[in-house]
Amino acid sequence: MKDTILTVDQISLAFGGVKALTDVSFEVERGAVFSIIGPNGAGKTSMLNSISGRYRPQKGTIHFDNQDVTHLRPNARADLGIGRTFQNLALFGHMSVLDNIMVGRHHLMKNNWLTGPLYWASPAQKEELTHRRQVEEIIDFLDISHVRKSIAGTLSYGLRKRVELARAMALNPKLILLDEPMAGMNLEEKEDMARYILDLNEEFGITVVMIEHDMGVVMDISHEVMVLDFGKKLISGLPEAVMADEHVRQAYLGLEDDEQLQEVG
Amino acid sequence: MSSLAMRPCGDFRTSYKADNTIFETKTIRLVTCLVIALACAAPLVLDGYFLTLFIQISYLGIAALGLNILVGFTGQISLGHGAFFGFGAFASAWLNTSFNIPVVFCIPLAGFLTMGVGMMFGMPAARIKGLYLAIATLAAQFIIQDFFGRAEWFTGGAAGAMAAPVSLFGFDFDTDMSFYFIALFALVFMYIWGCNLMRSRDGRAFVAVRDHYLSAEIMGVKLNKYRLLSFGISSFYAGIGGALYGHYLGYVSSEGFTILMSIQFLAMVIIGGLGSIKGTLMGVVFMVLLPEVLEGIVGLMKYTDFGNLPMVTDGLAYIKEMAIGLVIILFLIFEPEGLAHRWGQIKNYWKCYPFAY
Repeated sequence: MKDTILTVDQISLAFGGVKALTDVSFEVERGAVFSIIGPNGAGKTSMLNSISGRYRPQKGTIHFDNQDVTHLRPNARADLGIGRTFQNLALFGHMSVLDNIMVGRHHLMKNNWLTGPLYWASPAQKEELTHRRQVEEIIDFLDISHVRKSIAGTLSYGLRKRVELARAMALNPKLILLDEPMAGMNLEEKEDMARYILDLNEEFGITVVMIEHDMGVVMDISHEVMVLDFGKKLISGLPEAVMADEHVRQAYLGLEDDEQLQEVG
Repeated sequence: MSSLAMRPCGDFRTSYKADNTIFETKTIRLVTCLVIALACAAPLVLDGYFLTLFIQISYLGIAALGLNILVGFTGQISLGHGAFFGFGAFASAWLNTSFNIPVVFCIPLAGFLTMGVGMMFGMPAARIKGLYLAIATLAAQFIIQDFFGRAEWFTGGAAGAMAAPVSLFGFDFDTDMSFYFIALFALVFMYIWGCNLMRSRDGRAFVAVRDHYLSAEIMGVKLNKYRLLSFGISSFYAGIGGALYGHYLGYVSSEGFTILMSIQFLAMVIIGGLGSIKGTLMGVVFMVLLPEVLEGIVGLMKYTDFGNLPMVTDGLAYIKEMAIGLVIILFLIFEPEGLAHRWGQIKNYWKCYPFAY
């Protein structure tokens, strides 16, 4: 039997008359790298927003880890173990990189506004230091130790993407949602990012759901691919099978682009 | 990566504990401790006038830090801080006279009471933002002010309330000199409290809510809770500051806690630097000392030819008021990020002196 971590069942989401998603269902297997592709405006980010709780779909259910999360608030979903990054960077711009990542530990920490200020006389200091230790491991893993004290807003684009990934990882998620982790990166940065994604999937055992436009990367690292078009699911399955599908070529890759297809394939 | 660390060469941190301090370097910590020690010895040298100024800085500074936590760190806004300050003053006096609780306990209790009231009025804060929130807190200011006027059981109505001096082990802190130490202790305590708050879990959550509330929520921060809590903590500080004010003067009248006071608090926080703890104190010192310094300068004008004109001698008070306004406007134009920012730039400059980079 398949061990599914995320089950999306018949999700429909509309903004007034605009149907962003129509009856989309899919399952993500535990430990998989699951990619969502599709043309612009196909509803990919709406799908991620529905899973992470920013949008409430009008119809359908989302089960995470055998638990119905459809009506939970985003912060409650973070507690359960869903982490995410954003397409347009959403770091806390005036905080240091270290503090940004420490915010990711928020739901794992216990001290509040009364015990926190009593820093030395309460468990707050010990808690800070234990979590700092774990955060440092993530910093080490993503190779951002040289900027840990820099203000996040001053970093370069590629580094900010990495800090965002670090922040999402600090949640200790079982499932991580990546919204275009490689957008706007050069080849070298893309390779690095692909390596990080594979490593966090394999070493940390985190299931990945990813939106990505770079077909090369998608084909290389995903276990399963789903194609969305105009808010509807076209097909999902193994990368090769999806790529071979006639509708996909028509909707997303473009029929004429045979040369590109050959490159990818 | 323009932020220059103040750490000198060779100051390596080998543990996370050593890297997680309030003060960036040992020198800064030493200087701060030295300043506090000097402040303890100050009453031996300074006369009552300066002590009064310091006490004023102290209670205003505590309340202003609360406002900075709300406005600077959490990104909310409040135009009712003066009213909360007043509520703290009345609450402490009321607790003392009605329940015979010793003043030392009344002050923190008044803080918690004000916190409750602040959270009540902060309820809309979880739902509205920006200018709309400003108007909602403006309503709080007027409601509380009206309450001061009507609730005679609480405030003594138009007659005001008497507040007993702080007394500890039979000793009354009823002179400027003795109250100075209470004020100094409270100031240091509340500022350390604030520093520790901002470097622990909930303080980070506040800044996260300010910087990007959508992603803060996705990171597991309960938005409504933290917006409300921020109002609570800010009122808590206002309450403590107000209580100190009441017990220092010995008498609380309901007339002082107007919208002007709220705006003065906002001015302190903006001039000092939003989102900076040391900036708050700088802003308060600036706002308290500015009238005094200008008074001195205007006084000197008498000795010039210019000062003999009747227009000047008659209008000294007005010139002072206008000068305060002018200085604040110039300040906002040339240093919109506050004194704390300017302080950082001065430090950066001297760090690399005589080289530019």
